[in-house]
Order: sequence, then C-alpha cells, then structure tokens
Amino acid sequence: MEIFAQQIVNGLVLGSIYALVALGYTMVYGILGLINFAHGDITMIGALVSLTFIQLLVAAGVPPAAVLLLAGCGAMLVCAVLGLTIERVAYRPLRRAPRLAPLITAIGVSILLQYSAALIWGKQYIALPAIVEPLQFTVFGAQLTSLQAAIFLLACLIMAGLLWFIKSSRMGRAMRATEQNPDVAGLMGVNTNTVIAFTFLLGSAIGAIAGLMVVLYYGIGHYFMGFMLGLKAFTAAVLGGIGNVGGAVLGGLLLGVIESLAAGYIGDLTGGVLGSNYRDVFAFLVLILVLVLRPSGLLGQHSGDRA
Amino acid sequence: MLSVHGLEVAYGGIKAVRGINLEVGRGELVALIGANGAGKSSTLKALSGLLKPHAGHIDYDGAEITGKPAYHLVRRGLALVPEGRGVFPRLTVAENLAMGAYIHTDKAAVSRDFERAYALFPRLAERRAQPAGTLSGGEQQMLAMARALMCRPRLLLLDEPSMGLAPLMVQKIFETVRAVAAEGVTLLLVEQNAKLALETCDRGYVMESGAIVLADTAQNLLASPQVRQAYLGE
Repeated sequence: MEIFAQQIVNGLVLGSIYALVALGYTMVYGILGLINFAHGDITMIGALVSLTFIQLLVAAGVPPAAVLLLAGCGAMLVCAVLGLTIERVAYRPLRRAPRLAPLITAIGVSILLQYSAALIWGKQYIALPAIVEPLQFTVFGAQLTSLQAAIFLLACLIMAGLLWFIKSSRMGRAMRATEQNPDVAGLMGVNTNTVIAFTFLLGSAIGAIAGLMVVLYYGIGHYFMGFMLGLKAFTAAVLGGIGNVGGAVLGGLLLGVIESLAAGYIGDLTGGVLGSNYRDVFAFLVLILVLVLRPSGLLGQHSGDRA
Repeated sequence: MLSVHGLEVAYGGIKAVRGINLEVGRGELVALIGANGAGKSSTLKALSGLLKPHAGHIDYDGAEITGKPAYHLVRRGLALVPEGRGVFPRLTVAENLAMGAYIHTDKAAVSRDFERAYALFPRLAERRAQPAGTLSGGEQQMLAMARALMCRPRLLLLDEPSMGLAPLMVQKIFETVRAVAAEGVTLLLVEQNAKLALETCDRGYVMESGAIVLADTAQNLLASPQVRQAYLGE
C-alpha cells in the first residue's frame, strides 16, 4: 500500500509536467492540424536556459526565490521568442502545403534545436547547483518533498489558468473560432496569423516552465532531454484526445500515474526479470493501445480526417 | 458604395470570374443571380477578402480594397455571411454572436447588439447556451445573419441565404433581409432562387460562366423573357 501511495504521488508530479508539455502539442494541433515535433526540444531549450540562469545567479549569491523566479521568466522569454520564430520561419510558409511538408519540417526543426543546444551547452550532462534543501512531508504514507508539491501546484495553477483563458477571454474565443473555421474567423475580424503566432508563444512559454520543472526535479539537463519528454507528452496528448486542451491535462496526469505504477510494480510482478528502467515501455504501450482502440483519445470528438 | 471593375478570380489556371463590372449604391438592395458554378460565390469571396483577385479593382467607400484581407475589411463595415452559414459548431450560440462582435470593444453597445439580435431571432435567445452545431439548418442561417449584424456592417454580402432551407424558413430569412435593408444597411445578395431574390431587391445582375450577361432593375429582369426562361422556369 505504501508503494502504491508513493507511486501515485510520484506519478501525479511527473504527470503534471507531461501535461504542461502536452498542452503545447495539443494547442498547435488543434489550430493547425500540425504535430509540432520540435515542441519537446523547445522544452529542452527552456530547461537548459533556466539551468544557465540558475548557475549564474547562484554564483552571484542571489537569494533562492529570486533565482527561481528569474530563471523561469528568462526561460519563458527565450522560448516564447523561439516559438514565434519557428512558426514564422518554418511553418507559416508551409500553411497551404500538403500535410507531410510541415510535419517533416517539424522533425527538421527538432534536430536543428538539439544540435544547436549541443553546440551552445555541449553534449555532457549539466548538473543543477544546490539552491535550497527541500522539506520532506509524509502524506497517506507517501513521501512528498516541498519541491514535488510546488511543481504539482504550479502546474495545476497554470493549467487552470490556461483553461479559463481559452474558455472565457476574447483571445481564447478567437483561438477556438480559428481552430473551427479560420476563414470565417477572418470574416469576424480575427487576424488568424496573430492568433496562430500567439498559440505558439503560449505553448512555448508553458513548455519553458515545464523545462525548468524537469531540471529542478531531476537535477540535470542535457541537449537530448527534449526527445523522450516530447514523445511522452505527445503520447499524453493523444491519450487525452489530441486537439483537446482538457484532454492534454487528463492524458498527462494519467500517463504519469500509469508509468510510475508500472515502474513501481514491474520488478515484483516479473520476479525481478524486468526492472523500473523499463518504465518507458509502458508510455509507448499506452500510445499503441490508444491508437489501436480509441484513436480519438479519451476526450477527443473528431478523428480520422487528420493525419 | 461598392464599385467593381474588371474583376477576375482564378483557381489554379481556371478562371471562375472573367472580368466583371458591378456597382452597388449606398442603401441599395442588389441581387446577383445565376446558375450553379456561374461564379457568384467566387465574386463574393473576392469582395470580402477571402480570395485574392487575379485581376481588377474593387473600390469600397471611396478607397481601393483590392486584395485586402477579410479581417481588415470587416473593421471598415464590410461583412459576408458565407455560403453554408459557417457557424462555429463547437461554440455556443452566444459565443458565435460574441465572435461577430469581435471588432467592437464598447461593452454597453455590444450588449445592446446582443439584445437586438435576440429580439430579431427569439429562437437564438432560447438556444443561446447550446453549441451552434446542434442547431437546425434554418437556425444556423439565423445565427449566421445575426452574427454578421453584430459586426455592425454598412455593406452586407449574403451568399445563398435560402440554400437547403424549408419554404417557411426561407420566408423568415427574407423578411429579415428586408428588415436589415430598411435599417439602412446596403446589401448584395447572391441567390439561386432568382424569383425570390428579384422580388426582394431593387436591382439585379445575372451571371453566367463567370461573366455578367444582364444588368437591370429587378422589375425589368423579372419581366425579361431571357430571365423568365432561364431562371424562373417558364
């Protein structure tokens, strides 16, 4: 029972990070029908930029709270500009091209970001300097650190804020209208290019925060870290129903919990043949099962017509 | 108010509109009739900024607007109710109307516009919280018109408002067209139902294979043997 509670806690924390990244995939897919494979790498850039900020600020003796705040803002700014640039340079010229063209471009952008990061930060793992010693709590028999709690709460706050924004704000309504019929949204006075650019900005800034969270949680950063994170988040988005913002949240949390439970029990269940290092298998097992059994995902309304 | 010279619209290499001239005066109600595929919808798409014309000039309200995007034109009071209504299916009726008011930020005036829209179409008021995709075809057409009125247009382009609707609903939609015109909005109406369109409008143009073949007052067109034979089924 203790293992169970512990894995649920770990899973929710991890899942909340997946959910943040999944939002970026799902928002762009919703509005453009494009799977932005570079999104995981934007998160990686966010992680490495925030790592650099933390290293510099800690060395300069800045207080911990200010370090985290500045690192988060710096990473969001860099990623927002990066997301806008990628949309403008790589995707917008292909808006009317066959679907495969932007998809392949996205993979190209992903590789470009990875190796640009390798040039800037090197190929070695980068360690997070000590900032503050997290506190430990016990909840229902599970260990919970103040860092885990902070990640989970902040992620929930961002997700709730985003859902509210899309549901209730003028820009959010314009985003949904553009998603459903871009020509008619234009007839209503919506500059759809601005809306699409804003979607990239928003997704990338949220991805940057997720990157910072990963760095804080695991204590390291690496130029290739966006690949697996991106795939997991993509899986989460598909699980929830790609294009559906609430689905990305649900899919992320669910995937995190499934993965953690599997990692916690697989050793016992297989008599020690398979260990928790097989955890990634489960995420992709979920992806395959969803694609076979329910391609539109848990909350998706439409499927089939989009590649 | 609207003056079109030598307008051409092409899809790939195929010309859908071959150099038409068209005038709509302030406060006029003008019909553009013709068979399926005559180029009527392409004309409206070019006028509203959804399609970039291949050639020609479009002047609106004293300025050239050729090739300007739709989101720019609606701010100048030129709105289109597109063919097939184009409601946002997963937005509620109220949210669809709010999209119509997207360009207006004066809250008091927008809420008066909402009241006016609901007064004009009480059905929409009953269904304001429903997703627009769940409405009937006629209700969707009402919503599309009400939404366009939320833009406060000075020139309203209507593309096939009667398409696929029951006769009673067609009557209701055309009553609304007349009511809107009576408020001083200039209207250009594209219709396949030539009789109804010409009975409603002041003047008419007849389009065939991308060209305008007749232009006259609605009365004369209704009386013209050519129109009677080709479009009124006599």
